[in-house]
Amino acid sequence: MTTNEIAVLGVGMHKWGKFPGKTFVDIGVEAGRNALVDAGIEWDEIQFLSGANTVRNGYPGWVSASTFANALGFQGCQIASSYAACASGATALSIARSQILSGICDVALVIGADQVAKGMFAPVPGDRPNDVDWLRFRLMGLSNPAYFGMFARRRMALYGDTEDDFATVKVKNSEHGSSNPNARYAKVFSIDDVNASPVVADPLRLLEICSTSDGGAALVVSSLDYARKKGIKDPVRIAGISTVSPTYPNAIIDMPYFASDSWHSVGDQHHTFKNQIAQHAYKEAGITSTDLDFAEVYDLSSAYELDWYEHIGLCEKGDARNLLHNGDTRLGGKVPVNPSGGLGAFGEAIPAQAIAQVCELTWQLRGQATGRQVDNPQIGMSINYGMFGHGSSVIARV
Amino acid sequence: MSKNRIPAVESMFTMDFENPQLVGGRSKITGSYYFPKDLSGSDPRGKGSEDREEVFLSTVGTIWSYTTASYPPALPYQIIEPFEPFVISAVELEKENIVICGQMMPGIEVRDIDVGTKVKLALDVLYEDEENEYIVWKWDLL
Repeated sequence: MTTNEIAVLGVGMHKWGKFPGKTFVDIGVEAGRNALVDAGIEWDEIQFLSGANTVRNGYPGWVSASTFANALGFQGCQIASSYAACASGATALSIARSQILSGICDVALVIGADQVAKGMFAPVPGDRPNDVDWLRFRLMGLSNPAYFGMFARRRMALYGDTEDDFATVKVKNSEHGSSNPNARYAKVFSIDDVNASPVVADPLRLLEICSTSDGGAALVVSSLDYARKKGIKDPVRIAGISTVSPTYPNAIIDMPYFASDSWHSVGDQHHTFKNQIAQHAYKEAGITSTDLDFAEVYDLSSAYELDWYEHIGLCEKGDARNLLHNGDTRLGGKVPVNPSGGLGAFGEAIPAQAIAQVCELTWQLRGQATGRQVDNPQIGMSINYGMFGHGSSVIARV
Repeated sequence: MSKNRIPAVESMFTMDFENPQLVGGRSKITGSYYFPKDLSGSDPRGKGSEDREEVFLSTVGTIWSYTTASYPPALPYQIIEPFEPFVISAVELEKENIVICGQMMPGIEVRDIDVGTKVKLALDVLYEDEENEYIVWKWDLL
Protein backbone atom coordinates (compact mmCIF):
# COMPACT_ATOMS: atom_id res chain seq x y z
CA MET A 1 0.00 0.00 0.00
CA THR A 2 2.92 2.37 0.60
CA THR A 3 3.29 2.90 -3.16
CA ASN A 4 -0.02 4.78 -3.11
CA GLU A 5 1.24 7.28 -0.58
CA ILE A 6 2.74 10.70 -1.12
CA ALA A 7 4.55 12.96 1.33
CA VAL A 8 3.41 16.33 2.64
CA LEU A 9 6.59 18.40 2.68
CA GLY A 10 5.09 21.76 3.51
CA VAL A 11 1.84 23.44 4.51
CA GLY A 12 0.91 27.09 4.62
CA MET A 13 -2.08 29.35 5.00
CA HIS A 14 -3.11 32.94 4.75
CA LYS A 15 -5.14 33.95 7.79
CA TRP A 16 -8.92 33.72 7.23
CA GLY A 17 -11.20 36.71 7.66
CA LYS A 18 -12.22 39.72 5.60
CA PHE A 19 -9.46 41.39 3.61
CA PRO A 20 -11.15 43.88 1.29
CA GLY A 21 -7.84 45.39 0.19
CA LYS A 22 -6.52 42.07 -1.09
CA THR A 23 -7.32 39.86 -4.07
CA PHE A 24 -7.66 36.08 -4.00
CA VAL A 25 -4.31 36.03 -5.84
CA ASP A 26 -2.53 37.90 -3.02
CA ILE A 27 -4.08 35.52 -0.52
CA GLY A 28 -3.20 32.36 -2.48
CA VAL A 29 0.35 33.50 -3.16
CA GLU A 30 0.98 34.19 0.52
CA ALA A 31 -0.34 30.72 1.42
CA GLY A 32 1.78 29.17 -1.34
CA ARG A 33 4.95 30.96 -0.23
CA ASN A 34 4.32 29.89 3.36
CA ALA A 35 4.03 26.26 2.23
CA LEU A 36 7.27 26.53 0.22
CA VAL A 37 9.12 28.00 3.20
CA ASP A 38 7.70 25.28 5.46
CA ALA A 39 8.93 22.65 2.99
CA GLY A 40 12.32 24.27 2.47
CA ILE A 41 11.72 24.14 -1.29
CA GLU A 42 12.23 26.94 -3.80
CA TRP A 43 9.39 27.85 -6.18
CA ASP A 44 11.54 27.00 -9.21
CA GLU A 45 11.93 23.43 -7.95
CA ILE A 46 8.16 22.89 -8.20
CA GLN A 47 7.32 20.72 -11.21
CA PHE A 48 3.55 20.85 -11.04
CA LEU A 49 1.09 23.44 -9.73
CA SER A 50 -2.49 22.38 -9.00
CA GLY A 51 -4.93 25.26 -8.51
CA ALA A 52 -8.38 25.07 -6.89
CA ASN A 53 -10.60 27.56 -8.70
CA THR A 54 -12.84 30.31 -7.39
CA VAL A 55 -15.96 31.18 -9.42
CA ARG A 56 -16.47 34.52 -7.69
CA ASN A 57 -13.42 36.40 -8.96
CA GLY A 58 -13.82 36.47 -12.74
CA TYR A 59 -11.66 34.76 -15.34
CA PRO A 60 -8.42 34.64 -13.29
CA GLY A 61 -10.31 32.53 -10.75
CA TRP A 62 -11.38 29.98 -13.39
CA VAL A 63 -7.76 29.46 -14.44
CA SER A 64 -6.33 29.62 -10.95
CA ALA A 65 -3.21 27.55 -11.65
CA SER A 66 -1.92 29.88 -14.35
CA THR A 67 -2.97 32.87 -12.24
CA PHE A 68 -0.97 31.63 -9.23
CA ALA A 69 1.95 30.48 -11.45
CA ASN A 70 2.13 33.93 -13.00
CA ALA A 71 1.94 35.66 -9.63
CA LEU A 72 4.77 33.48 -8.32
CA GLY A 73 6.68 34.01 -11.60
CA PHE A 74 6.20 31.88 -14.73
CA GLN A 75 8.87 29.20 -14.50
CA GLY A 76 7.34 26.74 -16.98
CA CYS A 77 6.04 23.98 -14.69
CA GLN A 78 3.02 21.93 -15.68
CA ILE A 79 -0.28 23.13 -14.22
CA ALA A 80 -3.95 22.21 -13.82
CA SER A 81 -6.94 24.24 -12.61
CA SER A 82 -9.97 22.51 -11.17
CA TYR A 83 -13.35 23.35 -9.72
CA ALA A 84 -15.53 21.03 -7.65
CA ALA A 85 -17.34 23.48 -5.36
CA CYS A 86 -16.29 22.81 -1.73
CA ALA A 87 -14.40 19.72 -2.91
CA SER A 88 -12.12 21.77 -5.19
CA GLY A 89 -9.14 21.52 -2.85
CA ALA A 90 -9.34 17.74 -2.57
CA THR A 91 -9.72 17.47 -6.33
CA ALA A 92 -6.64 19.68 -6.86
CA LEU A 93 -4.69 17.52 -4.39
CA SER A 94 -5.80 14.29 -6.07
CA ILE A 95 -4.59 15.58 -9.44
CA ALA A 96 -1.19 16.41 -7.91
CA ARG A 97 -1.08 12.93 -6.37
CA SER A 98 -1.79 11.31 -9.75
CA GLN A 99 1.08 13.24 -11.32
CA ILE A 100 3.42 12.15 -8.53
CA LEU A 101 2.37 8.49 -8.35
CA SER A 102 2.56 8.11 -12.13
CA GLY A 103 6.12 9.40 -12.02
CA ILE A 104 5.38 12.42 -14.21
CA CYS A 105 6.56 14.77 -11.47
CA ASP A 106 8.33 14.49 -8.11
CA VAL A 107 7.10 17.57 -6.28
CA ALA A 108 3.95 19.70 -6.60
CA LEU A 109 2.36 22.78 -5.10
CA VAL A 110 -1.42 22.86 -4.43
CA ILE A 111 -3.11 26.23 -3.80
CA GLY A 112 -6.67 27.37 -3.13
CA ALA A 113 -7.78 30.87 -2.16
CA ASP A 114 -10.91 33.00 -2.21
CA GLN A 115 -12.08 36.55 -1.73
CA VAL A 116 -15.86 36.91 -1.54
CA ALA A 117 -18.60 39.47 -1.04
CA LYS A 118 -20.15 39.76 2.41
CA GLY A 119 -23.27 37.79 3.30
CA MET A 120 -24.85 34.47 2.30
CA PHE A 121 -23.68 32.69 -0.84
CA ALA A 122 -25.90 33.36 -3.83
CA PRO A 123 -26.00 31.61 -7.21
CA VAL A 124 -23.90 32.93 -10.07
CA PRO A 125 -25.98 35.72 -11.71
CA GLY A 126 -28.11 35.15 -14.81
CA ASP A 127 -31.46 33.62 -15.73
CA ARG A 128 -31.12 29.82 -15.65
CA PRO A 129 -34.39 27.90 -15.19
CA ASN A 130 -32.59 24.60 -15.96
CA ASP A 131 -30.15 24.98 -13.05
CA VAL A 132 -31.46 23.64 -9.73
CA ASP A 133 -29.06 25.95 -7.87
CA TRP A 134 -30.80 28.93 -9.49
CA LEU A 135 -34.28 27.42 -9.16
CA ARG A 136 -34.03 26.68 -5.43
CA PHE A 137 -33.47 30.38 -4.72
CA ARG A 138 -35.98 31.60 -7.28
CA LEU A 139 -38.88 29.29 -6.44
CA MET A 140 -38.68 29.11 -2.65
CA GLY A 141 -35.73 31.13 -1.28
CA LEU A 142 -33.99 27.92 -0.26
CA SER A 143 -30.59 29.28 0.82
CA ASN A 144 -27.80 27.14 2.28
CA PRO A 145 -28.73 27.78 5.94
CA ALA A 146 -32.24 26.46 5.25
CA TYR A 147 -30.78 23.00 4.59
CA PHE A 148 -28.79 23.20 7.83
CA GLY A 149 -31.97 24.17 9.69
CA MET A 150 -33.89 21.24 8.23
CA PHE A 151 -31.11 18.79 9.09
CA ALA A 152 -31.10 20.14 12.65
CA ARG A 153 -34.90 19.91 13.07
CA ARG A 154 -34.76 16.36 11.73
CA ARG A 155 -32.19 15.42 14.40
CA MET A 156 -34.40 16.94 17.11
CA ALA A 157 -37.42 14.95 15.92
CA LEU A 158 -35.63 11.64 15.39
CA TYR A 159 -32.97 11.56 18.08
CA GLY A 160 -34.12 14.06 20.69
CA ASP A 161 -31.23 16.46 20.07
CA THR A 162 -31.76 19.88 21.63
CA GLU A 163 -30.84 23.42 20.72
CA ASP A 164 -28.36 23.37 23.59
CA ASP A 165 -26.68 20.32 22.06
CA PHE A 166 -26.11 22.29 18.88
CA ALA A 167 -24.87 25.32 20.82
CA THR A 168 -22.43 23.02 22.64
CA VAL A 169 -20.78 22.16 19.32
CA LYS A 170 -20.26 25.86 18.64
CA VAL A 171 -18.83 26.39 22.11
CA LYS A 172 -16.42 23.46 21.66
CA ASN A 173 -15.19 24.63 18.28
CA SER A 174 -14.76 28.21 19.46
CA GLU A 175 -12.55 26.90 22.28
CA HIS A 176 -10.53 24.83 19.80
CA GLY A 177 -10.14 27.72 17.36
CA SER A 178 -9.29 30.36 19.95
CA SER A 179 -5.58 29.62 19.84
CA ASN A 180 -5.35 28.98 16.10
CA PRO A 181 -3.45 31.90 14.54
CA ASN A 182 -5.04 31.29 11.11
CA ALA A 183 -8.65 31.22 12.34
CA ARG A 184 -10.92 34.20 11.73
CA TYR A 185 -12.60 34.17 15.14
CA ALA A 186 -10.62 33.93 18.38
CA LYS A 187 -13.55 34.56 20.71
CA VAL A 188 -14.66 31.73 23.00
CA PHE A 189 -18.46 31.64 23.05
CA SER A 190 -20.79 30.33 25.76
CA ILE A 191 -24.12 28.59 25.26
CA ASP A 192 -25.79 31.82 26.42
CA ASP A 193 -23.91 33.79 23.74
CA VAL A 194 -25.14 31.36 21.09
CA ASN A 195 -28.72 31.47 22.34
CA ALA A 196 -28.67 35.26 22.40
CA SER A 197 -27.84 35.48 18.69
CA PRO A 198 -30.77 35.80 16.28
CA VAL A 199 -32.42 32.81 14.60
CA VAL A 200 -31.38 32.54 10.95
CA ALA A 201 -32.84 29.17 9.95
CA ASP A 202 -34.90 27.71 12.77
CA PRO A 203 -33.63 26.22 15.08
CA LEU A 204 -30.17 27.52 14.16
CA ARG A 205 -28.83 30.89 15.20
CA LEU A 206 -26.37 33.27 13.62
CA LEU A 207 -23.43 32.01 15.69
CA GLU A 208 -24.15 28.42 14.61
CA ILE A 209 -23.97 28.98 10.87
CA CYS A 210 -20.56 29.33 9.31
CA SER A 211 -19.77 32.65 7.69
CA THR A 212 -18.22 33.31 4.30
CA SER A 213 -14.55 34.21 4.55
CA ASP A 214 -11.55 35.27 2.54
CA GLY A 215 -8.71 32.84 3.06
CA GLY A 216 -6.10 30.65 1.47
CA ALA A 217 -4.27 27.39 2.01
CA ALA A 218 -1.47 25.53 0.23
CA LEU A 219 0.46 22.26 0.31
CA VAL A 220 3.80 21.10 -1.05
CA VAL A 221 3.52 17.37 -1.78
CA SER A 222 6.04 14.94 -3.25
CA SER A 223 6.93 11.33 -3.84
CA LEU A 224 8.30 9.48 -0.81
CA ASP A 225 11.60 9.11 -2.73
CA TYR A 226 11.88 12.84 -3.27
CA ALA A 227 11.26 13.45 0.44
CA ARG A 228 14.03 10.99 1.32
CA LYS A 229 16.45 12.64 -1.13
CA LYS A 230 15.66 15.97 0.50
CA GLY A 231 16.61 14.39 3.82
CA ILE A 232 13.12 14.74 5.28
CA LYS A 233 12.71 11.93 7.81
CA ASP A 234 9.22 10.52 8.46
CA PRO A 235 7.12 13.10 6.65
CA VAL A 236 3.35 13.18 7.10
CA ARG A 237 1.94 10.98 4.35
CA ILE A 238 -1.33 11.16 2.43
CA ALA A 239 -2.69 7.62 2.68
CA GLY A 240 -6.08 8.07 1.03
CA ILE A 241 -8.07 10.60 -0.96
CA SER A 242 -11.75 10.26 -1.77
CA THR A 243 -13.17 12.17 -4.72
CA VAL A 244 -16.10 9.80 -5.28
CA SER A 245 -19.40 10.72 -6.89
CA PRO A 246 -22.69 9.50 -5.37
CA THR A 247 -24.32 6.16 -5.97
CA TYR A 248 -28.00 6.61 -6.78
CA PRO A 249 -30.22 7.50 -5.01
CA ASN A 250 -29.35 10.39 -2.72
CA ALA A 251 -32.40 9.72 -0.56
CA ILE A 252 -31.59 12.50 1.92
CA ILE A 253 -32.22 15.88 0.37
CA ASP A 254 -29.15 18.04 -0.06
CA MET A 255 -27.85 21.23 -1.61
CA PRO A 256 -28.59 22.40 -4.25
CA TYR A 257 -31.60 20.16 -4.90
CA PHE A 258 -35.10 21.04 -3.68
CA ALA A 259 -36.18 17.39 -3.84
CA SER A 260 -34.49 14.20 -2.71
CA ASP A 261 -33.94 11.34 -5.11
CA SER A 262 -36.73 8.78 -4.78
CA TRP A 263 -35.75 5.67 -2.83
CA HIS A 264 -38.66 3.80 -4.46
CA SER A 265 -36.49 1.42 -6.50
CA VAL A 266 -33.90 0.62 -3.78
CA GLY A 267 -36.04 0.80 -0.66
CA ASP A 268 -33.37 2.44 1.50
CA GLN A 269 -34.47 5.84 2.70
CA HIS A 270 -31.13 6.40 4.46
CA HIS A 271 -29.05 5.91 1.32
CA THR A 272 -26.98 9.09 1.19
CA PHE A 273 -23.85 10.31 -0.54
CA LYS A 274 -22.52 11.64 2.75
CA ASN A 275 -22.13 8.08 4.06
CA GLN A 276 -20.16 7.07 0.97
CA ILE A 277 -17.40 9.68 0.89
CA ALA A 278 -15.42 8.48 3.90
CA GLN A 279 -15.74 4.81 2.93
CA HIS A 280 -13.58 5.25 -0.13
CA ALA A 281 -10.91 7.11 1.82
CA TYR A 282 -10.85 4.36 4.46
CA LYS A 283 -10.50 1.75 1.72
CA GLU A 284 -7.57 3.52 0.07
CA ALA A 285 -5.80 3.96 3.40
CA GLY A 286 -6.62 0.42 4.55
CA ILE A 287 -8.13 1.64 7.83
CA THR A 288 -11.54 1.97 9.47
CA SER A 289 -13.15 4.73 11.48
CA THR A 290 -11.89 3.16 14.71
CA ASP A 291 -8.30 3.90 13.63
CA LEU A 292 -8.88 7.66 13.57
CA ASP A 293 -7.19 9.74 16.24
CA PHE A 294 -8.95 12.93 15.16
CA ALA A 295 -11.00 14.39 12.31
CA GLU A 296 -11.63 17.70 10.58
CA VAL A 297 -15.24 17.69 9.39
CA TYR A 298 -17.50 19.97 7.38
CA ASP A 299 -19.28 21.94 10.13
CA LEU A 300 -21.27 24.30 7.94
CA SER A 301 -23.49 24.51 11.00
CA SER A 302 -23.19 23.40 14.61
CA ALA A 303 -25.83 20.67 14.18
CA TYR A 304 -24.30 19.53 10.90
CA GLU A 305 -21.09 18.56 12.71
CA LEU A 306 -23.14 15.94 14.60
CA ASP A 307 -24.40 14.51 11.30
CA TRP A 308 -20.80 14.05 10.20
CA TYR A 309 -19.88 12.00 13.31
CA GLU A 310 -22.41 9.49 12.00
CA HIS A 311 -21.58 9.83 8.30
CA ILE A 312 -17.90 8.99 8.89
CA GLY A 313 -18.70 6.19 11.31
CA LEU A 314 -17.54 7.60 14.65
CA CYS A 315 -20.86 6.39 16.06
CA GLU A 316 -24.22 4.93 15.09
CA LYS A 317 -27.01 7.14 13.80
CA GLY A 318 -28.49 9.19 16.61
CA ASP A 319 -25.55 8.73 19.00
CA ALA A 320 -23.62 11.87 18.06
CA ARG A 321 -24.91 13.89 21.01
CA ASN A 322 -23.59 11.22 23.39
CA LEU A 323 -20.13 11.49 21.83
CA LEU A 324 -20.33 15.23 22.22
CA HIS A 325 -21.44 15.19 25.85
CA ASN A 326 -18.92 12.48 26.80
CA GLY A 327 -16.26 14.90 25.64
CA ASP A 328 -15.05 12.34 23.08
CA THR A 329 -14.89 14.91 20.30
CA ARG A 330 -13.33 17.66 22.40
CA LEU A 331 -9.56 18.17 22.62
CA GLY A 332 -8.37 15.64 25.20
CA GLY A 333 -11.19 13.26 24.24
CA LYS A 334 -11.09 9.94 22.41
CA VAL A 335 -11.32 11.38 18.89
CA PRO A 336 -11.23 15.17 18.82
CA VAL A 337 -13.25 16.67 15.97
CA ASN A 338 -12.28 19.98 14.42
CA PRO A 339 -9.28 20.71 16.64
CA SER A 340 -8.58 23.62 14.25
CA GLY A 341 -11.89 25.21 15.27
CA GLY A 342 -13.48 24.06 12.00
CA LEU A 343 -15.50 26.22 9.69
CA GLY A 344 -17.19 27.67 12.77
CA ALA A 345 -13.92 29.41 13.61
CA PHE A 346 -12.73 29.94 10.03
CA GLY A 347 -15.79 30.49 7.84
CA GLU A 348 -15.96 29.11 4.33
CA ALA A 349 -13.41 29.99 1.65
CA ILE A 350 -14.59 27.45 -0.89
CA PRO A 351 -11.48 26.54 -2.90
CA ALA A 352 -9.26 26.69 0.18
CA GLN A 353 -11.20 24.76 2.79
CA ALA A 354 -10.36 21.17 1.82
CA ILE A 355 -6.68 22.21 1.58
CA ALA A 356 -6.86 24.02 4.92
CA GLN A 357 -8.14 20.80 6.48
CA VAL A 358 -5.03 18.97 5.23
CA CYS A 359 -2.84 21.74 6.67
CA GLU A 360 -4.42 21.04 10.05
CA LEU A 361 -4.00 17.27 9.67
CA THR A 362 -0.31 17.91 8.99
CA TRP A 363 0.28 20.28 11.89
CA GLN A 364 -1.47 17.87 14.24
CA LEU A 365 0.47 14.83 13.00
CA ARG A 366 3.76 16.74 13.30
CA GLY A 367 2.88 17.84 16.83
CA GLN A 368 3.00 21.50 15.82
CA ALA A 369 -0.60 22.50 16.62
CA THR A 370 0.31 24.78 19.51
CA GLY A 371 -2.56 25.38 21.92
CA ARG A 372 -4.85 22.88 20.20
CA GLN A 373 -2.64 19.79 19.90
CA VAL A 374 -4.28 16.36 19.84
CA ASP A 375 -2.43 13.92 22.09
CA ASN A 376 0.16 12.07 19.94
CA PRO A 377 -2.02 11.39 16.88
CA GLN A 378 -1.01 8.85 14.22
CA ILE A 379 -3.94 9.06 11.79
CA GLY A 380 -6.32 11.90 10.95
CA MET A 381 -9.11 12.38 8.45
CA SER A 382 -10.67 15.38 6.76
CA ILE A 383 -14.04 15.38 5.06
CA ASN A 384 -16.33 17.69 3.15
CA TYR A 385 -18.10 17.60 -0.17
CA GLY A 386 -18.92 19.75 -3.15
CA MET A 387 -22.56 20.31 -3.98
CA PHE A 388 -24.00 18.48 -7.00
CA GLY A 389 -21.92 15.42 -6.00
CA HIS A 390 -18.17 15.86 -5.49
CA GLY A 391 -16.74 13.82 -2.63
CA SER A 392 -13.82 15.20 -0.62
CA SER A 393 -11.93 13.31 2.06
CA VAL A 394 -8.25 12.91 2.90
CA ILE A 395 -6.54 10.53 5.32
CA ALA A 396 -3.10 11.51 6.54
CA ARG A 397 -0.79 9.55 8.81
CA VAL A 398 2.70 9.45 10.26
CA MET B 1 -58.29 44.85 -13.22
CA SER B 2 -56.85 41.61 -11.98
CA LYS B 3 -53.39 40.55 -13.01
CA ASN B 4 -52.47 37.57 -15.18
CA ARG B 5 -51.46 34.50 -13.24
CA ILE B 6 -48.33 32.96 -14.68
CA PRO B 7 -46.37 29.94 -13.37
CA ALA B 8 -43.01 31.06 -11.94
CA VAL B 9 -41.45 28.12 -13.78
CA GLU B 10 -42.75 26.06 -16.70
CA SER B 11 -43.79 22.39 -16.55
CA MET B 12 -43.29 21.66 -12.83
CA PHE B 13 -46.89 21.99 -11.63
CA THR B 14 -50.44 22.40 -12.90
CA MET B 15 -52.15 25.78 -12.56
CA ASP B 16 -55.36 24.33 -11.10
CA PHE B 17 -55.87 26.39 -7.92
CA GLU B 18 -58.47 23.98 -6.57
CA ASN B 19 -56.41 20.84 -6.96
CA PRO B 20 -52.85 21.65 -8.00
CA GLN B 21 -50.42 18.84 -8.81
CA LEU B 22 -46.66 18.61 -9.14
CA VAL B 23 -45.48 17.19 -12.45
CA GLY B 24 -42.69 14.66 -11.98
CA GLY B 25 -41.17 11.80 -13.90
CA ARG B 26 -41.40 8.03 -13.54
CA SER B 27 -38.82 5.65 -14.94
CA LYS B 28 -40.36 3.11 -17.30
CA ILE B 29 -37.49 0.77 -16.42
CA THR B 30 -37.27 0.98 -12.61
CA GLY B 31 -40.64 2.53 -11.69
CA SER B 32 -38.83 5.15 -9.59
CA TYR B 33 -39.91 8.78 -9.41
CA TYR B 34 -38.17 12.04 -10.25
CA PHE B 35 -38.82 15.67 -9.38
CA PRO B 36 -38.25 17.88 -11.25
CA LYS B 37 -38.67 15.35 -14.02
CA ASP B 38 -35.32 15.99 -15.71
CA LEU B 39 -33.32 17.86 -13.04
CA SER B 40 -32.55 15.33 -10.32
CA GLY B 41 -30.19 12.46 -9.55
CA SER B 42 -30.09 9.76 -12.21
CA ASP B 43 -30.34 5.99 -11.81
CA PRO B 44 -27.63 4.19 -13.79
CA ARG B 45 -30.17 1.45 -14.55
CA GLY B 46 -32.28 4.00 -16.45
CA LYS B 47 -31.21 5.68 -19.67
CA GLY B 48 -30.52 9.16 -18.33
CA SER B 49 -33.82 11.00 -18.54
CA GLU B 50 -34.88 9.24 -21.76
CA ASP B 51 -36.82 6.52 -19.99
CA ARG B 52 -38.92 8.91 -17.88
CA GLU B 53 -42.59 9.49 -18.49
CA GLU B 54 -44.43 12.48 -17.09
CA VAL B 55 -46.63 11.74 -14.05
CA PHE B 56 -48.60 13.74 -11.50
CA LEU B 57 -47.26 13.29 -7.98
CA SER B 58 -49.26 12.79 -4.77
CA THR B 59 -50.76 16.01 -3.46
CA VAL B 60 -50.66 15.06 0.22
CA GLY B 61 -47.59 14.18 2.29
CA THR B 62 -45.97 14.42 5.71
CA ILE B 63 -43.38 16.94 6.85
CA TRP B 64 -39.91 15.34 6.79
CA SER B 65 -38.36 18.47 8.26
CA TYR B 66 -38.79 22.24 8.27
CA THR B 67 -37.03 25.51 8.95
CA THR B 68 -37.44 29.26 8.54
CA ALA B 69 -36.00 31.88 6.23
CA SER B 70 -35.71 34.49 8.94
CA TYR B 71 -33.59 36.77 6.73
CA PRO B 72 -34.22 37.68 3.08
CA PRO B 73 -32.80 35.07 0.69
CA ALA B 74 -30.37 36.18 -2.02
CA LEU B 75 -31.26 36.84 -5.65
CA PRO B 76 -32.75 35.41 -7.80
CA TYR B 77 -35.39 35.18 -5.02
CA GLN B 78 -37.78 38.08 -5.59
CA ILE B 79 -38.62 39.77 -2.32
CA ILE B 80 -42.02 41.33 -1.77
CA GLU B 81 -41.32 44.34 0.45
CA PRO B 82 -41.50 44.48 3.38
CA PHE B 83 -39.84 41.09 3.77
CA GLU B 84 -41.84 38.68 5.88
CA PRO B 85 -39.96 35.65 7.24
CA PHE B 86 -41.45 32.37 5.99
CA VAL B 87 -41.36 28.68 6.77
CA ILE B 88 -39.93 26.06 4.40
CA SER B 89 -40.87 22.40 4.66
CA ALA B 90 -39.45 19.28 3.07
CA VAL B 91 -42.42 16.98 2.55
CA GLU B 92 -42.28 13.21 2.13
CA LEU B 93 -44.65 11.64 -0.39
CA GLU B 94 -45.43 8.12 0.73
CA LYS B 95 -46.20 6.53 -2.62
CA GLU B 96 -43.29 8.07 -4.49
CA ASN B 97 -40.70 7.76 -1.66
CA ILE B 98 -39.46 11.25 -2.35
CA VAL B 99 -39.04 14.44 -0.33
CA ILE B 100 -39.97 17.76 -1.96
CA CYS B 101 -39.39 21.24 -0.54
CA GLY B 102 -41.65 24.22 -0.68
CA GLN B 103 -42.59 27.28 1.30
CA MET B 104 -45.47 26.87 3.72
CA MET B 105 -48.50 29.04 2.94
CA PRO B 106 -48.30 32.52 4.50
CA GLY B 107 -49.45 32.71 8.11
CA ILE B 108 -48.25 29.22 9.02
CA GLU B 109 -45.58 29.36 11.70
CA VAL B 110 -43.07 26.91 13.11
CA ARG B 111 -45.25 26.31 16.17
CA ASP B 112 -48.10 25.12 13.89
CA ILE B 113 -46.14 22.19 12.47
CA ASP B 114 -43.88 19.29 13.39
CA VAL B 115 -41.99 16.47 11.71
CA GLY B 116 -44.81 14.14 10.68
CA THR B 117 -47.50 16.81 10.23
CA LYS B 118 -49.74 16.06 7.23
CA VAL B 119 -49.82 18.75 4.55
CA LYS B 120 -51.29 19.24 1.09
CA LEU B 121 -50.14 21.00 -2.04
CA ALA B 122 -51.37 24.54 -2.71
CA LEU B 123 -50.63 27.39 -5.11
CA ASP B 124 -49.76 30.93 -4.10
CA VAL B 125 -48.22 34.12 -5.44
CA LEU B 126 -44.42 34.04 -5.28
CA TYR B 127 -43.90 37.61 -6.55
CA GLU B 128 -45.57 40.04 -8.90
CA ASP B 129 -44.92 42.88 -11.30
CA GLU B 130 -47.19 45.47 -12.93
CA GLU B 131 -49.01 42.97 -15.13
CA ASN B 132 -48.48 39.50 -13.71
CA GLU B 133 -48.62 37.42 -10.59
CA TYR B 134 -46.01 34.68 -10.66
CA ILE B 135 -47.36 31.49 -9.10
CA VAL B 136 -45.53 28.68 -7.32
CA TRP B 137 -46.47 25.60 -5.30
CA LYS B 138 -46.45 25.79 -1.50
CA TRP B 139 -47.50 23.42 1.26
CA ASP B 140 -50.62 24.02 3.33
CA LEU B 141 -52.04 22.44 6.48
CA LEU B 142 -54.48 19.65 5.70
